[in-house]
Amino acid sequence: MDAEMLASALRMSTPVLLAALAGLWSERSGVVNIGLEGMMIIGSFWGAYGSYAYGPFWGLLFGMVAGLLLAAIHAVATVKYKVDHVVSGVALNILALGLTRFLCIKIFNQATASEHTRAFATLNIPLLDHIGFLKPLVTKVSPVIILALVLVPLSSLVLNRTVFGLRLRSVGENPLAADTLGVNVFLMKYAGVLISGALAGLAGMFLSVEHTGMYVEGMTQGKGYIGLAAMIFGNWNPAGALGASLLFGFAEAISIRAVSSVIPYQFIKMIPYALTLAVLAGVVRRAVTPAADGVAYERGGE
Amino acid sequence: MISIKGVTKRFPGVLANDHISLEVREGEIHAIVGENGAGKSTLMKILYGLYQPDEGSIELRGHPVRIDGPARAVALGIGMVHQHFMLIPRFTVLENIILGHETARFGVIDRRASEQRVKELAGQYGFAIDPKAMVATLSVGQQQRVEILKVLYRGADLLILDEPTAVLAPQEVTELFANLRLLAAGGKTIIFIGHKLDEVMEIADRVTVLRRGQVVGTMAAGETSREGLAEMMVGRPVLFRIQKNPCHPGAPLLSLDDVTVAGVGGTARGHGRGHGVGGSQGPAWRTRIARAAVDGLSLQVNGGEIYGIAGVEGNGQTELVEGIFNLQPVTSGRVMVLGKDVTNRPTAQIRAGGIAYIPEDRHRRGLVLPMSIWENLILGSHRRREFVRRALLDRDRILGHATKLREQYDIRLADMDAPVLALSGGNQQKVIVARELAQSPQVVIASQPTRGLDVGAAEFVRQRLLEMRDAGRAVLLISADLEEVLSLSDRVGVMFRGKIVAEFPAEEATPQLLGPYMLGGAAPAEMEIPLADARGEGGEARV
Repeated sequence: MDAEMLASALRMSTPVLLAALAGLWSERSGVVNIGLEGMMIIGSFWGAYGSYAYGPFWGLLFGMVAGLLLAAIHAVATVKYKVDHVVSGVALNILALGLTRFLCIKIFNQATASEHTRAFATLNIPLLDHIGFLKPLVTKVSPVIILALVLVPLSSLVLNRTVFGLRLRSVGENPLAADTLGVNVFLMKYAGVLISGALAGLAGMFLSVEHTGMYVEGMTQGKGYIGLAAMIFGNWNPAGALGASLLFGFAEAISIRAVSSVIPYQFIKMIPYALTLAVLAGVVRRAVTPAADGVAYERGGE
Repeated sequence: MISIKGVTKRFPGVLANDHISLEVREGEIHAIVGENGAGKSTLMKILYGLYQPDEGSIELRGHPVRIDGPARAVALGIGMVHQHFMLIPRFTVLENIILGHETARFGVIDRRASEQRVKELAGQYGFAIDPKAMVATLSVGQQQRVEILKVLYRGADLLILDEPTAVLAPQEVTELFANLRLLAAGGKTIIFIGHKLDEVMEIADRVTVLRRGQVVGTMAAGETSREGLAEMMVGRPVLFRIQKNPCHPGAPLLSLDDVTVAGVGGTARGHGRGHGVGGSQGPAWRTRIARAAVDGLSLQVNGGEIYGIAGVEGNGQTELVEGIFNLQPVTSGRVMVLGKDVTNRPTAQIRAGGIAYIPEDRHRRGLVLPMSIWENLILGSHRRREFVRRALLDRDRILGHATKLREQYDIRLADMDAPVLALSGGNQQKVIVARELAQSPQVVIASQPTRGLDVGAAEFVRQRLLEMRDAGRAVLLISADLEEVLSLSDRVGVMFRGKIVAEFPAEEATPQLLGPYMLGGAAPAEMEIPLADARGEGGEARV
């Protein structure tokens, strides 16, 4: 294993990490967000368009706003109209698929891919970039990767140390108690879901603009779901999500690099997904879900 | 302090509060008593701003006020301690207390300052509690103290306590009352809602009795008696001592032999997604305890006797019952019904062996709420030949059966086809009791059979259980209501941490005698019992 491999793992982890953080923000407020995949798809498309048309900064903004808007539908459906969270999320995933293809034909005159986009200028980490063996890991790093890593302690801090975080978590645990204490339950849930959408959009934008250099249909490859698995594996904590994402990223890096004449290539490609299954089957039993996750809150319904 | 003047509240078809007027004086403990449906809860919800009165007014310290929501109530210095705790088990004591009223700098919670304030407040009223402890690890009594602290933290002068003793062991009640007296002495005004008249007589300065939404009267506690209050509540004299025939125990019909049920996760899962709202189901919090919920428990119930299990909730009672019926696996030991080993057999087979089950949670375990009353009345016996014709349910015969049960058990309903959720709690419970006892079981397991029922319905259910006993059947009664256990049972076992730690004949058992065992040892009431250390104490007392 070398630093090159680690750098690849880190790049592979980033969309999963962002998706996991996205899921975490939503679920800590008590809303299950299985629409992450759709929000990533929409983020990857609009990120690519923004970056193609106006440059990477606008790509980032477009991607996040697109994810946020899709999440807004999820929020209104689940929080206001008490639609089952899974049903709403799956519907959004389907909507995102159809919508991006439609927009892609309209904007790029082809169904499944965009034009090439402009990525952010990469960064070298000062000081560390002089250490020889670390070089692949700390040079030419996408700023979005750094942003994703910064979001881990930031999410932790906001969730655990601020008034906003305390209230958001309380709503995911016991909305009735929170309501009787004057916490605006619906506002907190909206906030959780919208933050979730923006982060999922960012995850999609990273895939298209930073990682691939263009939007391609199907490029999310279920990373939204893997992100959810990472969130659960990480026990709904940002630091845990980081660890889990790195594990998944590493599995993916291996699946790309491993070449074998014995094992058929399809089986190697399976590694990250098989790992997801194994993790969900094995670890989830010990996970502690937010107590009111996925449950609609109705006022006056004691 | 606060005057309620002619407050009226109507719900569709019900006049919940009918021109209620009463006055609560500054610094007094004022009890409000009444049967279920008398309008106590409605009145309290009006005071706390959850409902708006249709007529009437409220004056606080002589000024008319409009309480249009809990936030307004809090701002006016009115605090509510709910019967079902509004706590977040996975938060610390501090987080639970400050939620919604945080001290913060730039949005970041100032933990040190908050902790300081909570400690001062706790010290002032003699509450021993660690702000950093996670609520899930606290005893029920301690959780209640957190609830009271929450209210005090918000600067309440008027505290409303909704049936605060319902969940407590006798010693914890004593502690609570000491706390309440200290609060009243410190100038706080307390409204105490209750239905246990002994407690009301003990703690209250004055008592107001409600019946069918009206005030029957307000009097000083010293001027009345338990019997007097009960008559005012019900509208007729009430017998407190249940008439019991002498007990003629027969052969053992139910024996549990060293039964262990792991339990961890079992209930918690059931309560997780879909059931957790409100967090009111206390036992769901106890998921982190590594010890088995039922830990090598043995007992025998003979025909013709009622064996009562006393104990603070959450000591494995739920898991025990669910273990008997294989709703949770028995990890070791044997369950014998009528001499046959039924350990971990399929539930239908266990039931067919002549054992009936009145579950503690009638909504979750006892009934299928959206299904009709007649369907609920044959659940579990729906496979019986008499109800089936050519592989279909024979509706006519079932309706005949249901109508018979309805008369026999006095179930008040408008329409057999109506969903069972349309019935009142008391009638829902009668549906379960009727269904279970109609199979003429040899063994009856009744878990909290009168919880939430008013005096009349509770009396009815208790009579049915006594009839079963007199007919030579074995009854295992599990109840959080100590008085119920003591008055019905022929033998009483105290359950603590998954074991029967003491067993007494009913004649000898008194609350004073049982109380210490319920808390895990023969420790005196004032002592704070650290949970980890109390384990297994009192084991010597096993009879």
